[in-house]
Amino acid sequence: MELLIRNGFVFDPINGVNGEKMDIAVRDGKIVEKVKGKRVRKIDASGMIVMPGGVDIHCHIAGSEVNSGRLLRPEDHFRDFEPKTSVTRSGVGYSIPSTFTTGYRYARMGYTTIMNPSMPPLEAKHTHEELSDTPMVDKASYPLLGDWWFTLEYLRAGDIEECAKYIAWMITSTKGYAIKIVNPGGLEAWGFGDNVKSLDDQVPYFCITPRDIIRGLCKVNRLLNLPHTIHVHTNNLGKPGNYQTAIETMKCVEDLATENKPAIHITHCQFCAFKGEDWRTLESGAEEIANYVNSHSHVTMDMGQVIFTDTTTMTADGPFQYTLYELSGNKWVNHDVETETSAGIVPFHYRRKSYVHAIQWSIGLELALLIKNPWKIFMTTDHPNGGPFTAYPKIIAWLMSKKAREKTLKKINPKARGKSLLPSIDRELDFYEIAIMTRAGQAKALGLKNKGHLGVGADADIAIYNVNPETTDPSKKYKLVRKAFKRAAYTIKGGKIVVKNGEVISHVEGATMWLDVQTSEPAKISEEMKRKFKEYWTVEYENYPVTEDYLEISQPINVKASV
Amino acid sequence: MQIVKAVTCPVCGSLCDDIELVIEDGKVLKVKNGCAMCESKFLSVTSEHRILKPLIRKNGELVETSYKEAVAKAAKILAEANYPILYGWSSTSCEAIRVGLQLAEEIGGVIDNTAVVCHGPSILSIQEVGIPSCTLGQIRHRADLVVYWGSNPWSAHPRHIERYTAFSQGRFEKSGWRGYLTKMKASAVKKKIESAFRRAFLKRKPPSPSTEVREPPPTIYREGRKLIVIDARKTRSAEIADYFIQVEPNKDYELLQAFRALVRGQELDVDKVAGVPVEYLEEVVDVMIGCDFGILFFGLGLTMSRGKLRNIDAALSLVRDLNMRTKFVIMPMRGHFNVTGANTVFTWQTGYPYAVDFSLGYPRYNPGETSVVDVLLRQESDATLIVASDPVANFPKKAVEHLVSNPLIVIDPHMNATAQMADIVFPSAFVGIEAAGTAYRMDHVPLPLKKVFDPPKGVLPDEEILRRILAEVKRIKKRRAKEAS
Repeated sequence: MELLIRNGFVFDPINGVNGEKMDIAVRDGKIVEKVKGKRVRKIDASGMIVMPGGVDIHCHIAGSEVNSGRLLRPEDHFRDFEPKTSVTRSGVGYSIPSTFTTGYRYARMGYTTIMNPSMPPLEAKHTHEELSDTPMVDKASYPLLGDWWFTLEYLRAGDIEECAKYIAWMITSTKGYAIKIVNPGGLEAWGFGDNVKSLDDQVPYFCITPRDIIRGLCKVNRLLNLPHTIHVHTNNLGKPGNYQTAIETMKCVEDLATENKPAIHITHCQFCAFKGEDWRTLESGAEEIANYVNSHSHVTMDMGQVIFTDTTTMTADGPFQYTLYELSGNKWVNHDVETETSAGIVPFHYRRKSYVHAIQWSIGLELALLIKNPWKIFMTTDHPNGGPFTAYPKIIAWLMSKKAREKTLKKINPKARGKSLLPSIDRELDFYEIAIMTRAGQAKALGLKNKGHLGVGADADIAIYNVNPETTDPSKKYKLVRKAFKRAAYTIKGGKIVVKNGEVISHVEGATMWLDVQTSEPAKISEEMKRKFKEYWTVEYENYPVTEDYLEISQPINVKASV
Repeated sequence: MQIVKAVTCPVCGSLCDDIELVIEDGKVLKVKNGCAMCESKFLSVTSEHRILKPLIRKNGELVETSYKEAVAKAAKILAEANYPILYGWSSTSCEAIRVGLQLAEEIGGVIDNTAVVCHGPSILSIQEVGIPSCTLGQIRHRADLVVYWGSNPWSAHPRHIERYTAFSQGRFEKSGWRGYLTKMKASAVKKKIESAFRRAFLKRKPPSPSTEVREPPPTIYREGRKLIVIDARKTRSAEIADYFIQVEPNKDYELLQAFRALVRGQELDVDKVAGVPVEYLEEVVDVMIGCDFGILFFGLGLTMSRGKLRNIDAALSLVRDLNMRTKFVIMPMRGHFNVTGANTVFTWQTGYPYAVDFSLGYPRYNPGETSVVDVLLRQESDATLIVASDPVANFPKKAVEHLVSNPLIVIDPHMNATAQMADIVFPSAFVGIEAAGTAYRMDHVPLPLKKVFDPPKGVLPDEEILRRILAEVKRIKKRRAKEAS
């Protein structure tokens, strides 16, 4: 099928296109120079914004913890459901939507690529089964590797190369995309109900520190030439005073960066930008973090913005989730995974009138506005931890309009309002910067060559929003902007129109991207490995890897490692 | 002769995946590593109870028919039904369940799995309280206190203790099997001597076992793994335990709440709870708090005795409370090999783990209303599809009466009681032996089910049969929509 999108205002930051009126041509699912003939389907995008399809670098949409969250919370679904239509499957929301609904809701907002950030390797088949049932978007998943016993043992022995080979084996076997590290060392300690408190704490029984783990895996990441950096959820997440841990974490890999390329991604940074001694004296540490990021080039991060709503928190950070249970008294799920990781789930309601929650809301926006370079910070809610992804249009409005921020500021806890840095920030992002923070920057950080831009050869994943950048001042008309981003005029996935005027008109399956990491010699999956397998896991070696038939559409990406 | 290794056993929720099969001429000659249940399943594939051809009821008799006719008839029944039931699912693959859910959505039926009659109450309580849990390997590596409550793994999940808990060898905890072996031998010898003595001298029947609860032995304070069993009767598992607490029938709730009070440091001003002296309970609580990593497994003895979901509520709360003092986790002992998988797939597609009603076009969940037994008792359904289950043999009589008074379609490898009452019977391949797929272990670890050899000629896997029915249903509905317009 051939498509021609005419006269739209194109925002394509990777190719430096800033709101120019131009045509975009599509053939066979790719962007091409031009298309001709009568059979070309034309879309009139005049007066509209044309952007690459949205890319989400971090959102929990599939796998065992997400599904336990769904099971835990029927009350989350009762009021939010979607009936079956002639093209779509039925499903439920709200903060943890069922798989089909997840796909449809992303597509309605013009998103086409989603990264699922925490996959316990042992349960990777589950994640992939759910991803295969998540339509409309291309997706990938990051295996949790920071507390894997192999990682801890090889790093402790100082054998980075051997460690790299096993990590390569693991990424390929679990059909993963990047190295995810969550509260390094803390999850192993949580096996016996403990935690680590700083980068230099010893991990019990393993004689290694979180600093060693982060540095070690950062080196491994470089040896393997992976497209994304290490993806780090810091130690001490969700604790007052943790902005220092976040800065230390970034500092500890400063010397490992090369050629001004990023070496570390700090995810949902809002949750690790707390200043203060305790909850009462909590303040924003956004300024300190922003200062650091503004003067260093080896870091990217995402916001983890908080939305005032009822949501479900879920992370692999078992000890943090336990703290959250103690704080809230809400129901609590814990799920530790042998030799690898843990997970926890607690429902949570962010309230405007709560001092802590209001400060958290402010921190997310402060980070996004104080970090000058939009290629370094991306828009997320750490779905569903800060709030559901369906709130992205709200965040866009806050980022583009001081008026929108002030309107919400008026309604929040007065003490928090007094402490918030937002009134002193005048910066309002434009559509170009929004395009960076919601797609181009994310695609670049992920090393996705065919996503996040509209250059010739890119995948034809395109979002068209019905808002005219020439006549609309987003600073004043932020409601219009919010509405436009909530319901895309068109979403085009792989060259096919899948959403029109915010309604799904076609159900398409998306591909699952994964890395086929080739090392010079594969990790010695020798008798030694098999023996360890028997000791470490309760499943057989043969039954562990995820075979390609678990992926509805498999899209391997070849990576040639330097080991 | 061919040897297949690392086969996953499709029997119970333990889902052992280290089975070795010796195969010759499409038959299993020998099963290695498996328990008795595993062995008998693999060896019975070729038994005479197998159904090999689709059957359809004509003039009151089940007669052989073709797949085509059976599919057409089944699809017609389901497409025309107002409120059909789709039930079973716990003994088939996740891939088949996915198709089943789509079929239920397409025909606007109620879809339910066997959890409704086993761990349904557990799920309801998890939705109230949450659940601190883990995978089984975590227990192998770390647990120094293992408690089984209302479950008898020695008989129902025979390799559970050996593979995952007290007898397994972990990184931080060593296996306790030698000690248990000595103990079991001693107990067997003691029994033999006693019965010989009785026969020789007393010539009378064995005395009824005393229900007096013993004092906790000093061994429960030792280092290393300890096994405690709590049950209404002295099971085989209880015999090997370090300490057995015999709870009075239907008093589990009291006992659980007493433990909770003690864990929270409250005093009990009674002497006994559920037949157990309070001072013994205090000692057990000391052991629970003093362990490094404890696990409570619970079975149907807790979910289906008086109190049902309230028992589980108390058990979950007890374990949650224990986490204030140490690391403690809890896990239901799931029965069917893929009942966990059924809950899992239901949840990711619909948001709810069982008892899902699609009659309004979207998933609705209200156990007690949308659960299959209740629908049957209210006599609301008008057609039924059963996949890999035998409700006629184990549902309440009233429910069965309504079930069989409506058109009944069965997909099963065996001629079970439900199949005998059916209007249409599809023979299916044994998933995990004759068909590949995925199943979830009781701790939510997904494992591949292998296809070891081909099913008998003409017999299809559940997934394929369901796909054909679904395609036919869609065709009928399309035709109907066309006619209407």
